[in-house]
Amino acid sequence: MAAPWVSLRLVAPMWNGTRGIHRLGGAVVPEGNQKKERKMLQFLNNHFYDVEALRGYLLQREMSKVHLKNRSFTWLEEQHGPYSAGAFFILKQGGAVKFRDKEWIRPDKYGHSSPEFWNFREVPVEAVDASDCEINYEGLDNLLLLKELQSLSLQRCPHVDDWCLSRLYPLADSLQELSLAGCPRVSERGLACLHHLQNLRRLDISDLPAVSNPGLTQILVEEMLPNCQVVGVDWAEGLKLGPEEQPQDTASPVPA
Amino acid sequence: MVKKSSMAAAAEELGPAPGIQAAIAAASCCAKRGTRHTSGPGNPLNALPLGKLGALPISARGRAGLTYLKASQWRVGAGLGGAPGEVTGRQPPIAWGGGALRATGQLARSSEWRLVRSSDRWDNSEAAVRLSEGAGLRGAMIRRVLPHGLGRGLLTRRPGTRRGGFSLDWDGKVSEIKKKIKSILPGTPCDVLPDTSHLPPEHSDVVVVGGGVLGLSVAYWLKQLENRRGGMRVLVVERDHTYSQASTGLSVGGICQQFSLPENIQLSLFSASFLRNINEYLAVTNAPPLDLQFNPSGYLLLASEKDAAAMESNVKVQKQEGAKVCLMSPDQLRNKFPWINTEGVALASYGMENEGWFDPWCLLHGLRQKLMSMGVFFCQGEVTRFVTSSQRMMTTDDEMVTLKSIHEVHVKMDHSLEYQPVECAIVINAAGAWSAQIAALAGIGKGPPGTLQGTKLPVEPRKRYVYVWHCPQGPGLETPLVADTSGAYFRREGLGSNYLGGRSPAEEEEPDPANLEVDHDFFQEKVWPHLALRVPAFETLKVQTAWAGYYDYNTFDQNGVVGPHPLVVNMYFATGFSGHGLQQAPGVGRAVAEMILEGSFQTIDLSPFLFNRFYLGEKTQENNIM
Repeated sequence: MAAPWVSLRLVAPMWNGTRGIHRLGGAVVPEGNQKKERKMLQFLNNHFYDVEALRGYLLQREMSKVHLKNRSFTWLEEQHGPYSAGAFFILKQGGAVKFRDKEWIRPDKYGHSSPEFWNFREVPVEAVDASDCEINYEGLDNLLLLKELQSLSLQRCPHVDDWCLSRLYPLADSLQELSLAGCPRVSERGLACLHHLQNLRRLDISDLPAVSNPGLTQILVEEMLPNCQVVGVDWAEGLKLGPEEQPQDTASPVPA
Repeated sequence: MVKKSSMAAAAEELGPAPGIQAAIAAASCCAKRGTRHTSGPGNPLNALPLGKLGALPISARGRAGLTYLKASQWRVGAGLGGAPGEVTGRQPPIAWGGGALRATGQLARSSEWRLVRSSDRWDNSEAAVRLSEGAGLRGAMIRRVLPHGLGRGLLTRRPGTRRGGFSLDWDGKVSEIKKKIKSILPGTPCDVLPDTSHLPPEHSDVVVVGGGVLGLSVAYWLKQLENRRGGMRVLVVERDHTYSQASTGLSVGGICQQFSLPENIQLSLFSASFLRNINEYLAVTNAPPLDLQFNPSGYLLLASEKDAAAMESNVKVQKQEGAKVCLMSPDQLRNKFPWINTEGVALASYGMENEGWFDPWCLLHGLRQKLMSMGVFFCQGEVTRFVTSSQRMMTTDDEMVTLKSIHEVHVKMDHSLEYQPVECAIVINAAGAWSAQIAALAGIGKGPPGTLQGTKLPVEPRKRYVYVWHCPQGPGLETPLVADTSGAYFRREGLGSNYLGGRSPAEEEEPDPANLEVDHDFFQEKVWPHLALRVPAFETLKVQTAWAGYYDYNTFDQNGVVGPHPLVVNMYFATGFSGHGLQQAPGVGRAVAEMILEGSFQTIDLSPFLFNRFYLGEKTQENNIM
C-alpha cells in the first residue's frame, strides 16, 4: 500500500479553511512557511490512521459543501420565471447579475441582495459575473435557465472544468462575451467545445494554467471562431519578435 | 492515536533523506554525552560515505535496545536508549519486541537494511574502531541483533571473546554471525519457511479473473457496495502486469451514448457521470487528483441513405434516455464542419455532451490505486484450473440438471510450475479477449451442442488496428470523433495536427488474432480511401505510427455478457463488449456488484445481457458498432 508522495493539492483545503477550497484544483505554489506545515501533515497522515480518516472526512465535507451550493433551483422557475431563478442562483453563489436596462445587482458582504429582482419576471438577464464563484457542472443547470445571456464571466472559478464548457452550447444564440481567465481546470480540450458559440465576439482565455501550449491554443481557437476576438495569450509568445514586428490583430484569422 | 505499523509508514513515506542531518545531530549528541563510541580514532561519521545514505548506527546511551539503520535514503534510526529529546524531531517510530521481530525480518531481507544493537555489553569503542576501519555502511558494519525473546546466549558475547582473545579474523566472524542471524530471523530467505509473498492468499471471497478496466470496476463496486467495511475479500488475478495485450490500454478511449439499445445508452450515461466525478469516486488521501484528459468533443456518426431511417429511430431512443444528441442534415454539416465532404451522407447524428475520448490508462491507474487503498488483493498469475463441485437437482419441469459451483481456483505463477489454490465463493470472468478459455476451464460448453450445457461463451479475440497520422491541413480543434458511413473513424489527437483512426474489417477480412502485428497495407487499401473521400484534406497525410489491440468480440450479437451462468452458479461474467467495454465499465461493474450483493440488477437492468440468451437464441443486437 504505497501512496505516492506527490500531492500537495489535497492538503491545501484542509489547512486553509474556506479559502482552501479555491485551491482544490489549482496548481498553486505554496509559500515557504506553509511547506513545513504540509510536510508535518503528510507525515502524520502516513503514520496514523486517525489522521488519514480525518482528512478524508474533511475532504468529503468540503465536497458536499460545494454540492450544496450547486443544488438545483429550477423549481423556482414556475413561480418566478427562469430569469429570476437563475439570477437568484448566481447571487447566492456570490456573483453579480445585470438585467437588461437595469444596473448590476451584487450581494453585499453578508450575501444578501436586494429583493427587487424577483419582480423582473419578463426581463432577461444580460450579463452574469460569476468570478470566484464555486459553480460547477451541476450548478450550470441553473445558469442555463438564462436563455438570453450575452456576457458571462467565469474568471478564477475553481470548479469550472472541461465538462462544464461542453455544457455551454445552449447559450450559443445569445452569448457574445465569455471570460475564462484564471480557471485552474480549463484546458485546451474544453476550449475545443466552444466552437458551438458562433455568436461569440470576445473570448478571454488568459492565464489558464492547465493549457499545455497557450500560444498554439490561441491560434487554434482563433481559427475555430473566426468572428471572435480571442484575448489573453499573445500568440507570439515564445517567438522572437524583432522591434519592427507587432502582434497581428487577433480578430483576423491566421492566413493559411 | 492509532499508529500505523512502521512498515506501512515506511512504505508510504518517501520524503527526502533526513539521513545525514539527523546523523550529524545524533552524533553530536553522542559527542556531547561523551560516550565511548565516538571517541575512537574516527568519528563514526567519517566512515560514512556522505550522500544519500542514512546514518548513524550507535545510540547515544548504552542501554539495551534496538536501533534501525537504513542504508538507503529513507529514514534514520536512533537508539531507543537515547532519550527522545536528544535526537532531532525526525525520529521515526521504532518498534519493540515482537514487532521488532517481524519488522526486522522484513528489513533484514533487503540487503540495504542493517540492524544494530546498542547495549552496555557491547564494547562501543571497539565497535567504533571497527567501524572506522570498515569500508563504510554497506561494508563490514557491525550487525548485532538482540530481539527480546531470544536469550542472551552466544550472540551477546563480544565477537572476539569466543576464542578467548582479540581475533584478527574480524570480518570473517562478522559474516558468519550475520548468516546465522539471517537464517533465524523470520521472513528471511530460509529453508524452513518459504517465501510466499508473491502468491495470492489461500482464501478469498471473490476472485476476479482479469485485471483490466472491467475486472477492476467490478472489484471497486463490490468493495464500495459491501455492507460492512472489510466485509469481502476480493482478489484480482491478472496474468500480465504490464497490460501489454490488454484491451484497456490499447483502446482509443472513446465514450459515446449513440447506441441503439437503451441499456447501452444508460450504461454510457452513467459512465460519463462516473468519469466526470472521478475524483470523488476514486479519491485516495495523499494521492493527486486524477486528470483523465477528457476531450468533450463528441461523436459524429454519418449515415448513408439506407441507414438514415435506423439512425433517426436510434436518435429518438437516445434522446428518450437522456443523451444529448442532435440530427444534422448535410447542409448543416457543411456549415458546421466545412472540411467534410458530404457526398453520400444523408443524415448525421452529433453528440453534444458527455461524449468524447479520454485516457484509459489514467482510469486504470486510478482504479488500481483506489482498490489498493480499499484493501483489494492483487496477484500476478494465470488461472489454470477451477475445482468445482456438482449437485444434481430437479427443475420444476421434473428434469434433472447438474449445477456446478467453483470452490477453488488454481492460480499459476509466471515462468514457474508453482501454483496456489485459492478457495473462493464467487468467480468473476472479466478476462476480456480470453474469457472463452476461462469459461471452458469451468466446463461451460462441455456438452452436446444445442443444450444449455453445450452452449459455449461466444467471445473471441478480434484484432483491430489503430493508425496515427499527421496532416497539417487537417480539421481543426473542434473535430469530433467522426465515424464514416463506411465504418472508418478518426479523431484528433493533441494540438499538433495529429489524428488517429481505423476501421473495422469486414467479416471475411478478419486478421489473425494470434499476435498484435500491424498490417499497414490495411490502412493503404481499406482505410485511407474512405478517409480521403470524406475529408479531402486527408489526401495528403503521413502515417506516424500504428498499433493493434483486441476486441473481446461477442460473435453472437456484439453486446456484452453480464451476470451469472445458469449452470455454474457462482461464475459471473463481465465481458464480451466488443469494443465498447471501456466506456461501459463503470456501469457494468456496478451492475455485476449489485447482482452479486443483492441478487438482481438494481440501477440499470441488464437482463438482456444475461448468458441465457445464447441458449435461447435471442439476440440483443447492437447496430452501432465501430
